[in-house]
Amino acid sequence: MANESKIDALGQFELHPILGSVGETLRLSQSPLFMLIAVGLVLAFLYFGMRPSAVVPGRLQAAAEMSYEFIRDLAVGTIGEKGTIFFPFIFALFFFILSGNYLGLLPFSFTFTSHIAVTLAMALTVFIMAILVSLRYQGIGFVKHFMPEGAPVTLAPILIPIEILSYLSRPVSLSIRLFANMVAGHVLLEVFASFTIMLAGLGVIGHVLAVAPVAINIALTALELLVGLLQAYVFAILTCIYLREAVAH
Amino acid sequence: MRLTPRFLLSAASLAALPGRALAAGMPQLDFKNPLLQGQVVWGALIFIGFYIILSRSALPKVEQVIKARVTRIQNDLDLARAAKKAADQARQELMDARQKAMDHAHANILTIQEAAKAATEAQLSATVQRLEAEIRESELNIRLAHDKANESLSEIASDTASSLLLQVIGRDGKEAVQKAVKRVQHQEV
Repeated sequence: MANESKIDALGQFELHPILGSVGETLRLSQSPLFMLIAVGLVLAFLYFGMRPSAVVPGRLQAAAEMSYEFIRDLAVGTIGEKGTIFFPFIFALFFFILSGNYLGLLPFSFTFTSHIAVTLAMALTVFIMAILVSLRYQGIGFVKHFMPEGAPVTLAPILIPIEILSYLSRPVSLSIRLFANMVAGHVLLEVFASFTIMLAGLGVIGHVLAVAPVAINIALTALELLVGLLQAYVFAILTCIYLREAVAH
Repeated sequence: MRLTPRFLLSAASLAALPGRALAAGMPQLDFKNPLLQGQVVWGALIFIGFYIILSRSALPKVEQVIKARVTRIQNDLDLARAAKKAADQARQELMDARQKAMDHAHANILTIQEAAKAATEAQLSATVQRLEAEIRESELNIRLAHDKANESLSEIASDTASSLLLQVIGRDGKEAVQKAVKRVQHQEV
């Protein structure tokens, strides 16, 4: 991670095989392990939260129900009545990202949402799904949206490529937004944590000065909690918006 | 992606890193790494499993609990509305019965008052008649007693006067006294 003069801020994103040779053969790294933990935590939260099934809910049940209603309102409010079809997918997407983001803030853990391969896979899933939904609800006629209504036909050679490019950039922006935010946050945390260790080696003055990076890291952790939630929300709501366009006639 | 101050700050911190980290490059972009490829496959499997468990088991359970609550609240509200309606109806019936009872009682009071008044009047009339009869009888008795007294009066007066005369003059003069008494009686009548 860090030695006396160098800061390895990117080392935290390296993948290491787990379970020895079995892990190497199955290409199992700590990333899928943390995905499993994240998914397990969400399912445990829902299972233990809803186990009482009380009419007057306790705190955990109220939290589980609020999570359910929050995502349901998001899906149905944005997509419309057909949002109920996509609600489980939006719920899975939101909590997969959220739990991944928050799990990565714990010491010695791993943030799988800081890998572009993961975020791009999710973004491509959303993108392909939106195309399939468009074909299902609008047929091949959905390509008409690439020519804005009311625009002069003479501008079509310019407008259509721009619209297609804008459409194709959706998975790129969706994936890079999440990936970049997670990487940036964790790099900052690592850098300032390394500063603390470096300053601590400078003697008494260093000990005093080392308080500043610790304070910054505390503030950054709070910011990361906000960013983690915000990015999961942004990913989910953009998915909803793409699906709304797909189901709309 | 927007160039936010936060991103620029992190980019600056990355740029400030000594050579080894940057030279190694970002591990996330090492697409030849089999673990990175495996991560996507495992991630897809885990996500699909997560989605299936959520859509088949976890979320329907939450929905079931919420729907059961909504149904129960709705039923309770319906019951409360029905109870209120029944209470309002019962109250209305009570008010109607009370009004009816009041009217009935009022009518009864009037009937009783009239009956009592009639009875009192009849009793009064009977009493008056009885008193009048008693007065008449008493007057008759008084007259009879008066007549009887008048009849005895001449005899008593004659006897008294005779006694007085006998004691005063030594003889009674009974006949003269009787004539004088009768004369006085006739004068008074």
